[in-house]
Amino acid sequence: MLQSLLQNLLNALQWGSFYSLIALGYCLVYGVLLLINFAHGDIFMVGAYIAFFVCTFLLGKYGAIPGLPGWLVLSLAVPLTMLLTAVVGVTLERVAYRPLRRKGVNRLYVVITALMCGLILENGNLALLGASRKSFPTLIPTQVYNLFGVTVTNIKLMVIGVAILSFLLLHFIVTRTKIGMAMRAISYDRFAVPLMGIPADTVIVFTFVLGSGFAGLAGLFFAMTYPVLDPYMGALIGWKAFIAAVVGGIGSIAGAFAGGFLLGFVEIMVVAFFPSTFRDLIAFSILLLILSIRPTGLFGVARRTKI
Amino acid sequence: MKRSWLIALFLVLGMAAPARAADTIKLGFNIPMTGDIPDVGESSKNAAEMLKKKINDAGGIEVGGKKYLVEFIYEDNESKAESALSTARKLITQDGVLGMVGPQSSKQAVPAGEAANDLKTPMMAPWSTNPNTTKNRPYVFRGCFLDTFQGPTAAKFASEEFKAKKAAVLYDIASDYPKGLAEDFKAAFEKINGPGSVVAFETFTTKDVDFSAQLTNIAKSGADVLFVPQYYNEVPLVVKQAKSLGFNKPVLGSDSWGSGDLMGLCGDDCKGYFFVTHYAAAGAKGKTKEFIDEYTKLYKKTPDDVAALTWDGANLMLAAVQTLPAITGDMAKDREALMKAMAGIKKFEGITGDMSYPATGDHDPIKCAVVVKIDDAGKFAFYKSVCP
Repeated sequence: MLQSLLQNLLNALQWGSFYSLIALGYCLVYGVLLLINFAHGDIFMVGAYIAFFVCTFLLGKYGAIPGLPGWLVLSLAVPLTMLLTAVVGVTLERVAYRPLRRKGVNRLYVVITALMCGLILENGNLALLGASRKSFPTLIPTQVYNLFGVTVTNIKLMVIGVAILSFLLLHFIVTRTKIGMAMRAISYDRFAVPLMGIPADTVIVFTFVLGSGFAGLAGLFFAMTYPVLDPYMGALIGWKAFIAAVVGGIGSIAGAFAGGFLLGFVEIMVVAFFPSTFRDLIAFSILLLILSIRPTGLFGVARRTKI
Repeated sequence: MKRSWLIALFLVLGMAAPARAADTIKLGFNIPMTGDIPDVGESSKNAAEMLKKKINDAGGIEVGGKKYLVEFIYEDNESKAESALSTARKLITQDGVLGMVGPQSSKQAVPAGEAANDLKTPMMAPWSTNPNTTKNRPYVFRGCFLDTFQGPTAAKFASEEFKAKKAAVLYDIASDYPKGLAEDFKAAFEKINGPGSVVAFETFTTKDVDFSAQLTNIAKSGADVLFVPQYYNEVPLVVKQAKSLGFNKPVLGSDSWGSGDLMGLCGDDCKGYFFVTHYAAAGAKGKTKEFIDEYTKLYKKTPDDVAALTWDGANLMLAAVQTLPAITGDMAKDREALMKAMAGIKKFEGITGDMSYPATGDHDPIKCAVVVKIDDAGKFAFYKSVCP
């Protein structure tokens, strides 16, 4: 019983890591722009596909370079995937969101634009790459460790570690660096900030770079853990991560992180002890309950500064 | 002036339509080109295109002393139940097909069969094993065995081959095919090994990718074998996660494993496992070998069971068309005649085995099942054959 509980706790940590990593992206963009970037789940999907192409390229499948060993491919794939996914995120910002922002339209239109962008990414992928699933290559062989009847793999440990490191890194950037301070300033008053000589657009682009970069990172590790990729893989997990970010208190980095793990934990525990059909029902009832008690989320406070 | 143009146009259209309808026999294909199982749609279409080319190159088929070319209309049902229903209606009412082949998987075939039966159009579901597809639907036919046969076959195989006393099942509760088959397997296994011998009966929902909680329960349950009646896109996820949670016992699959790109997605992890299916490509003989060779030459890959069953299903339907006295052009009459002709086929020699339909009751063929082992080269090798 205790072993089952510990095992499921580990499972929940791994599953929650993905929610957390995606929720961080929602949180950053919302914090700075008050924009719910509904395309974020699909940017995560694009990240997974980019990771797929980067890894197969580095493994020498296309013949451009000789195959590299798996651990080297992984360590090269992490920055490359983050960078390329960030390019996609910034492109969306430049093509879809910035023109709308310049025209000063209501936020509602930007949110709907974001939804459209998500659909474009999904169906663009479907049209370009076809409906067949892609199988993510094995970069490092899975090692199964057994400690007192609890099984853990090296990939699982890595995923959890990456999520925690990402959180610490983001937290450091936002609270300790100059650009982080500018981000917080924009979230406080977007119209006064340019008057102080801070280039608002640069800061917004940086926010998208960070958010999309971590979505790409999540995509890479998601593909390593669940190695079957399809164009719609980002939609549902994106929505759920968004809900997790809201429950954590959207705009709060610690909140997004905690919300992601909370959702992962509740989902896994429900499945472990109830029929799986109850999973979303119970999980989201609990989240709804939390929100009705604390409408601003676990870490959110009712004030204008977010992030 | 304008009116005369219109009249002329109508005259041309009026002349063109019956002329076209009389020269071709239209069959509709209700198949999943996108969605969860696109490879199933691709296999169906490949087999159908190959068949169409073969027939039309030979000058078409003869019905009542007149030659007809065949025309196949492919419609995508997106692997969704509701799309399969609307696709079936479109093919039958708008495209005016004589008969419909597909949908392939039971999730789509069960609702589409309802529409085909209501609209009195013969439907051939080549790959759907759920009993409800053809139940009390005289217009719906099937090209394969039933889950009520497949489930017990798998249960018996697990008990004999692995000496399993306890079994676990992991299946998608939101899809007709895995759900029905999982229940059939459970009933049969408990009949052999006593009540409670299925120690874990875990579920998930379509599109789930994380099964760690379910597999934790399965690993702890002490089961000797895990039965996974899922499609090729879910099997790799289940198998890999089971291994990473320390479950190293055999995994047994169903006919849904054999389709599509199972080995491409699963790689080494699936080697050594067994599944129950309709035919084995490796080591085939006679007509089956001819089909496999031609298909491999055309599409550069070995045909899966879906391709073979689609070939058989469409062929059976066209064989029935050939026994009709004539194509009258009256859709309702022709469709009814075709349904009767299909039901009346005594013995159709297909590449997946001989087919015949029982004189009374539902239109389910009596066919044998094959147990296939995934060998070290990743090929689906014939292991044993089980007949009813």
